[in-house]
Amino acid sequence: MSEAALTDTGDILPEGTRGIVADFSADKQTFQVPWGKAMMWFFLLSDTFIFGCFLTAYMSVRMAARDAWPVPSEVFALSFGGEPIPLILIAIMTFILISSSGTMAMAVNMGYRKDRNKTFWLMAATAAFGVMFVSMQAFEWTKLIVEEGVRPWSNPMGAAQFGSTFFMITGFHGLHVSAGVIYLLVIATRVKRGVYEKRGGNYEIVEIAGLYWHFVDLVWVFIFAFFYLW
Amino acid sequence: MAQASGQQHPISVYMWIWGLLFVFSFFSYMVDYLDFQGAMRWSLILLFMFLKAGFIVGIFMHMAWERLALKMVILAPPVALCVLIVLMAVEADYTFLTRIEFFGELAPLAVHH
Repeated sequence: MSEAALTDTGDILPEGTRGIVADFSADKQTFQVPWGKAMMWFFLLSDTFIFGCFLTAYMSVRMAARDAWPVPSEVFALSFGGEPIPLILIAIMTFILISSSGTMAMAVNMGYRKDRNKTFWLMAATAAFGVMFVSMQAFEWTKLIVEEGVRPWSNPMGAAQFGSTFFMITGFHGLHVSAGVIYLLVIATRVKRGVYEKRGGNYEIVEIAGLYWHFVDLVWVFIFAFFYLW
Repeated sequence: MAQASGQQHPISVYMWIWGLLFVFSFFSYMVDYLDFQGAMRWSLILLFMFLKAGFIVGIFMHMAWERLALKMVILAPPVALCVLIVLMAVEADYTFLTRIEFFGELAPLAVHH
């Protein structure tokens, strides 16, 4: 054992920058994570570029427009009888998504503790928050289209490009949230049914689903900042 | 060589970061509600945005505890996105100025900031 220790690092991979070299020059696999996790990260990276392109396009279009851009705090204000409260619906939507990220993180933790029941309910709660979010976004869209007259090609409040950028970006995000809800419910029911118990008690899939869900929240952080607050 | 149980951390870590995310979101909303303007507005918006993004990616998405190879492969390419953003900002600004020069200033719409 001591002879081997002189020349062989065994299963211990170095950390830090030497670790990068060791990982990339490894003969079997580069990333020391389950392949499902690595693949989800790669997908999320590609999705980052998709949303990055949309947000960059929004920036370009808004900067280049001669017309004044509609003021989001006025466009997205709701009044409950009295004064309009700016961005209140958006603030609630943000809190809903952050709550869902919290329940998702707890679900991942419960998954690794092999508590199938708690994992299921926490994932279901996360999905429920997602449904609430999309419903509120649908309400927002309806209000803008029907009441405010916002179209992809024009609107009465300012630059004509507002509608197309808004619907494209929030539409793609809402689609991702909806797909995430379905994904979460599928995995949650499989957890509850014991599918992963039969496969050796491996609940990494919950963490992988969690990565997708946190990404959806992450994109909203950027949309919230660049579209609604700016 | 999959890590069967994943690296588990006490749930309190996630609870703290979760609370922080609510706090940063509240502050972000306050920037608009209190009607900050100009450089103060933009820098605060960006600050809270990056803080929230950092905590979500680092803690919730577990990146802080991943090996450097995975960190680099995921976090380095978006730097290319930043280059794109800078280039597009320069171009958009040029387009705006060119439009002003050739099509003239528009009469300001009745939208006040």
